Amino acid sequence: MIRIEPREPSALTNVAVPVGAAVISLGLAAVPLALAGADILAAFALMWGGVFGSLFAFTETLTRATPLILTGLAAAVAFRARLWNIGGEGQLYLGALAAVAIGSGAVAGPAWVLLPLVMVAGALAGAAALVLPAWLKTRFGADEVVTTLLLNFVILLFVQMMLEGPLQDPMGMGWPQSAPVVEEATLPQLLDRMRLHAGLLVGLAAAVILHGVMTRTTWGLRMRAVGENAPAARHAGIPVTRTLLWVAVLSGALAGLAGVGEVAGLKGYLTADLSPGYGYAGIVVAMLARLSPLGVVLAALFVAAVFVGADTMSRAIGVSSYLADLVVATSLLTVLVGGFVARYRVVRVRTGEARQ
Amino acid sequence: MSTEPSAPVVLRMTGLTKRFGTVLANDGVDLDLRRGEVLALLGENGAGKTTLMNMLFGHYLPDAGEVAVADQAGRLIPLAPGDPEAALEAGVGMVHQHFTLALNLTALDNIVLGAEPLWRLRRDKVRLRRRVDQIMEDSGLRVPLGTLVSDLSVGERQRVEILKALYRDVRVLVLDEPTAVLTPQEAEGLFATVRQMAERGLAVIFISHKLPEVLAFSDRIAVLRHGRKMGEMPTAEADQAAIARLMMGAESETEERAPIAPGAPVLDLVNVDLQGPDARRSLHRISVTVHRNEIVGVAGVSGNGQAALAALLSGLAAPDRGEVWVDGTRVARFDPASFIARGVGRIPEDRHHEGVVGTMSVAENLVLEDLGSPEVARWGILRGAAIRQRADAAIADYDVRGPGPEAPARLLSGGNLQKLILARVFGHAPRLILANQPTRGLDIGAAHAVARRLLEARGRGAGVVLISEDLDEILTLSDRILVIHDGRIVEAPSRNRARIGLMMAGEAAA
Repeated sequence: MIRIEPREPSALTNVAVPVGAAVISLGLAAVPLALAGADILAAFALMWGGVFGSLFAFTETLTRATPLILTGLAAAVAFRARLWNIGGEGQLYLGALAAVAIGSGAVAGPAWVLLPLVMVAGALAGAAALVLPAWLKTRFGADEVVTTLLLNFVILLFVQMMLEGPLQDPMGMGWPQSAPVVEEATLPQLLDRMRLHAGLLVGLAAAVILHGVMTRTTWGLRMRAVGENAPAARHAGIPVTRTLLWVAVLSGALAGLAGVGEVAGLKGYLTADLSPGYGYAGIVVAMLARLSPLGVVLAALFVAAVFVGADTMSRAIGVSSYLADLVVATSLLTVLVGGFVARYRVVRVRTGEARQ
Repeated sequence: MSTEPSAPVVLRMTGLTKRFGTVLANDGVDLDLRRGEVLALLGENGAGKTTLMNMLFGHYLPDAGEVAVADQAGRLIPLAPGDPEAALEAGVGMVHQHFTLALNLTALDNIVLGAEPLWRLRRDKVRLRRRVDQIMEDSGLRVPLGTLVSDLSVGERQRVEILKALYRDVRVLVLDEPTAVLTPQEAEGLFATVRQMAERGLAVIFISHKLPEVLAFSDRIAVLRHGRKMGEMPTAEADQAAIARLMMGAESETEERAPIAPGAPVLDLVNVDLQGPDARRSLHRISVTVHRNEIVGVAGVSGNGQAALAALLSGLAAPDRGEVWVDGTRVARFDPASFIARGVGRIPEDRHHEGVVGTMSVAENLVLEDLGSPEVARWGILRGAAIRQRADAAIADYDVRGPGPEAPARLLSGGNLQKLILARVFGHAPRLILANQPTRGLDIGAAHAVARRLLEARGRGAGVVLISEDLDEILTLSDRILVIHDGRIVEAPSRNRARIGLMMAGEAAA
């Protein structure tokens, strides 16, 4: 017989669980690699090289991590308040759409005006995409998991409509893509001849600021109280509905900024395949980070490294690049199991154990 | 009414010891229970009563010691430790303080559920019913078997719980704080039936902290303190002061309610109607006035509108009709923040659910109602040092024992959690205080702390609304007593227990 008893969380398990989960999930990746007939050590060496092998490889990983930091923060801040935002993908696209709507020539101005304007517009668009479901939740009790998830598809179709309509690039030879973002609205490159852009700094700054907000401000305290025990928060005079709506604004804005970074920092124009699921991957990142803003940065780097490394490896030895999805998925599962192990201990009880 | 000491032992606990980390929850507890005897198990919260019962029922594995239960032939057979089935199979049953009934099933279904295979419920209903009828006959416990449990009163539900245990042929019955939810008359009825069942051979362990009922009704008293059995005596030889000394290790203090003339009205409810989600949470045309320097007790059986009254005075619910005046101004906005701003201090009924955010620190919980104050935060930035200082002061003033100001509040025991809430509420120097079941589940020490603070606030000029199901508490602390029944509030004409008990049961005051 076994019994499950709660245990006190410790700083050690808080770090050990995600790290252990990451290592175990990489280990588990060896199984499909072996089944595919690959040399496992060589494969892992290739993955390592793809991430850390050169300055270029490493900047590619950072580039990939940039949107994941922002969508991860979006998920983390919402989940902390028990607002289950599954709509990061849609918010990202709406943010990107707002960025190209303003940044591809509609508004002219110097970079110090245009760049902040594009970022604010993208953030507001992302926020709007979450405030609506959050309002429906607080007003009518509509389940935000359903509404935000379904809104992703609505927004993606809307983006496609815009890309084949008003926002289509007149010089794009009929491709469903937007006009390119003008020079003044582009996020600057961080290194010569690398794709790494200032979106990374935005993400890092957002993580640090968010960490401060959560731990050092009344706003963060209210948000945590609402998430951890809404009836007690309400009883203590904290405006629960208003707090949730502000959380929605913040979370949506962060996801929207991820979209701005991708169009204004990386791609330069908007297509309907801008994001390979960064919004959803952000949920994994947030869970891996156990909803800690600073942890999100590390978790995003891990997930990005897995994707980049697996890409490199699969190109070199001909294993499907879906392996990356597999590793990310197993890491989520292991972190969930690990979270359970961190919170509870499993005690084996032998009958008669207490006899002397 | 004492059992002859020669009656055979049906339950024997020997040297039961349980350690949680460094805390010794039970330390070598020996306890014998004889056939046909009512043993009262007394102790403050945290004295180890629950741990002891958990070991009896196999929920905890003892670190040392064993439990033995007599079989049909009277031989004591040790129970397999850590096996929750063992005690039940050996004929030991328990009625929990919080009932474990399926509300959407009838009383009969609840009694036989789990004891009979499901298919028999349909096929042999007549036979099962005859058996339950027989048990009701023998025990004197009567309930309408065909009625849904959701339609039964609390007292009836408790009888269903006891019948459920008797249906399983228990020879030992544990009753955990059984009178907490009953009117005095219902409690009398329970004592009579339990006594009757004991005379027929049932052995009963009766867990309680109400000394008068223990003295009136048990054969023997065992007192636990700090996990040790401090003493055991026949009830006939015990007196209240002696038991209290054993429980607390010192003479128990009693609150002196110095006479003060009440001041100006601080709360006025005028013909208030409040339609809650159901009839148990509604108020009908209530009018109540509470003055400064006055504690007004609201007595009643749970589920008669106390929740609605508490929600109204906490700012969580707005009245449908009628007027609410606080300190001379009419309340127009019903939300907790504006009630706090008006100087209303609220002690919620459910400390864990509404009182604190368990995962947040003690210090953070202390400032939860105060986030707008410049002492707590400037420009939205929390002033860590000031908050910490305030927490240290509150912990010292209110004797909040726990792992410290930075530890999560959920690590505190119930009594210390309540002290934390008291520190938060009284930190505002409130003019009106709502105390909803402020001592329920607290040990005597913590309950005294609560009572003392309420009396202090009264002396300072605050008006207090004390909602409680514990009539003794209301009689001790209140200047005036109101009775709430079925959403209506009537002032009690006298402090006569029996009279108030009848009013709690819905009989007219005359």
